[in-house]
Amino acid sequence: MDALPTTRTCAILDRDGLQALIAALAARGYQVLGPVLRDGAILYDEIAGLADLPAGWTDRQAPGRYRLERRADEALFGFAVGPQSWKRFLHPPVETLWRAQQGEGGLLFSTAAGPSPRYAFLGVRACELHAIAIQDRVFCEGPYPEPGYAERRRDAFIVAVNCAEAGDTCFCASMDCGPQAEDGFDLALTELIDETRHAFLVEVGSAAGEELLTGLPRRAAADAERAAAAAVVARTASQMGRRLDTAGLKELLQDNPEHPRWSEVAERCLSCANCTMVCPTCFCTTVEDRGDLAGSSAERVRKWDSCFTLDFSYLHGGSVRQSARARYRQWMTHKLASWIDQFGTSGCVGCGRCITWCPVGIDITEEAAAIRATLPEPRGEDHGGH
Amino acid sequence: MPVALADPFLPQPYRVERRRRELAGTVTLELAPLAGACPAFAPGQFNMLYAFGVGEAAISLSGDPASRATFVHTVRHVGAVSGALAGLEPGATVGVRGPFGRGWPLAAAEGADVLVVAGGLGLAPLRPAIYAILARRERYGRVVILVGSRSPAEILYRRELERWRQRSDLEVRVTVDHADAGWRGHVGVVPALIPRADFDPQDTLALVCGPEVMMRFAANALLAAGIKAGRIHLSLERNMKCAIGLCGHCQFGPSFVCKDGPVMSLERIAEILAVPEI
Ligand SMILES: Cc1cc2nc3c(=O)[nH]c(=O)nc-3n(C[C@H](O)[C@H](O)[C@H](O)COP(=O)(O)OP(=O)(O)OC[C@H]3O[C@@H](n4cnc5c(N)ncnc54)[C@H](O)[C@@H]3O)c2cc1C
Ligand code: SF4
Ligand code: SF4
Ligand code: FES
Repeated sequence: MDALPTTRTCAILDRDGLQALIAALAARGYQVLGPVLRDGAILYDEIAGLADLPAGWTDRQAPGRYRLERRADEALFGFAVGPQSWKRFLHPPVETLWRAQQGEGGLLFSTAAGPSPRYAFLGVRACELHAIAIQDRVFCEGPYPEPGYAERRRDAFIVAVNCAEAGDTCFCASMDCGPQAEDGFDLALTELIDETRHAFLVEVGSAAGEELLTGLPRRAAADAERAAAAAVVARTASQMGRRLDTAGLKELLQDNPEHPRWSEVAERCLSCANCTMVCPTCFCTTVEDRGDLAGSSAERVRKWDSCFTLDFSYLHGGSVRQSARARYRQWMTHKLASWIDQFGTSGCVGCGRCITWCPVGIDITEEAAAIRATLPEPRGEDHGGH
Repeated sequence: MPVALADPFLPQPYRVERRRRELAGTVTLELAPLAGACPAFAPGQFNMLYAFGVGEAAISLSGDPASRATFVHTVRHVGAVSGALAGLEPGATVGVRGPFGRGWPLAAAEGADVLVVAGGLGLAPLRPAIYAILARRERYGRVVILVGSRSPAEILYRRELERWRQRSDLEVRVTVDHADAGWRGHVGVVPALIPRADFDPQDTLALVCGPEVMMRFAANALLAAGIKAGRIHLSLERNMKCAIGLCGHCQFGPSFVCKDGPVMSLERIAEILAVPEI
């Protein structure tokens, strides 16, 4: 068990200190990525300094709805998570795996990957730290580690941010994945903002974090500041928009593949695959093979894929999962149940993205609750009726 | 730039040494690495074969596991990739990744009777198991091979089956769905042969591969014959893009067919196998 956050090395950075942090990361050769306002949403992209952050903005989220709003203050991290996750950098949506050349001696294969950029992520939320840890298990701990992911992951510098506001679709607390960033970061920030101050309590999570912090203009954190930071996270935890009862959930789903709710949700689900694209843990991919017209070279490109497509389960003669019912069941049962068999952890961190970005507002917490609520009563027990 | 980690996505070039036509649309290829020897494989494992510019397909190893000079694969043309592979001529190069997956648990068969149940092309991944058993025939009890085929013209490895049938230490039975004028053998589905075969249900390992419906019926017939689910092993097929547990396509309930299978015990998969569209 890691040391409790409050016993970690802490310091206070003001806005200039945070600016210096971004500059120090850039000076060390990192490509610094953070939240930016773009296309009516908060996305993750390259940032040069504080001016690129969405100061004074927040997001309002609901099933099938996402809207940006002005805040009353100039908070830099006063929003929840947007449609993108850090997955798009560690596990890119499109990647060339290799190239093949038809030569005199036959085929020659060579890896297409150049050296990966060294990423610094600024603003990684607790649920996202957990999502990264889950993808680490998927990509690095099986019999065949994914070399590209492993390299990008090893080189990444992570600056977490504790959430000061829970979204209406958030349920990280139910999944034990937040809102406090506990592990898996180099530095973690808590934004302290009110009429009298705008500063960041920074906690050290690794030797690299310690080393970086040492070079920054900072001051020691007072006990009152640590307490204020803890209060921010505690308030967020009490504001969770949703909850998911995980007790016995794995068995509940795996034992009920024929539950009528699967057909009911399938009538609403469009099989659009949005939920899988926005999910920070969904890892499925497909490949595309391309050859040039002359027939002398070819390449294999890997792309994000989704279990909501018919092709996903295609076998000669037809897809295994023909119905939307079977595809939704596969997705949700994988997330909340079989993921545990496969990787020893749930595949859901409670970030709420799949709820917000579902065009028809299907809510994974509501679907799980519905299956639980309408379960046929266990036989052999006396319920006093009939 | 030298590749530090072995890249599991990168195929190795192999040359087609021989090509034999087995049936209409089905050929057997022998592939030799451009450099070095073939890696060892276990009966029941498969390779990912890449046809230049077209794509990759999971194809079972169907040759003798004792031979390290070549990989033997039997390919049936059903679509773009399998068609390109089946059309390859000697001298052509293909990409090979593998071998992958868990094969038949032959060690668990030692001292016991072995019942091999194959439908159609399902005999391909079982053939290496038969070779391995024959190479150490004394280690096993009765060995029964039951083969089903749509028609006499579609019996895979027919000459080899005839040879095996001559042996006194093998029981080989072949059935067809649709007989022709010359057919003297059994007509019907392969699970119907199970009650006729001679084995001790208390001490038999059953190895089954064929179309999924056929495997469901065969599994039920084997259970009915008294073989325990833990001693019945099936080789499954699911869409595969990576073969190494990373693309998610081959999921079968909690299992990844590519790394937890393709061979899995009925005990492990019976519940999932019974759910349509899982
Ligand atoms: C473990 C395993 C072992 C196999 N062994 C053999 C063998 O020894 N000989 C043989 O001829 N075939 C074998 N197959 C089936 C073979 O992989 C498919 O026939 C082949 O992928 C079809 O690709 P296609 O492009 O020719 O056909 P299409 O029907 O055009 O296929 C399109 C895509 O669907 C997928 N697909 C379609 N059918 C299958 C299938 N049955 N299994 C997996 N993916 C599929 C592939 O990703 C393919 O790229 C095996 C499959 C598996 C999973
Ligand atoms: S399933 Fe939904 S809530 Fe859970 S991690 Fe994925 S996107 Fe977030
Ligand atoms: S659940 Fe919603 S987001 Fe997911 S595939 Fe169905 S309609 Fe699309
Ligand atoms: S084939 Fe990719 S995970 Fe099994």
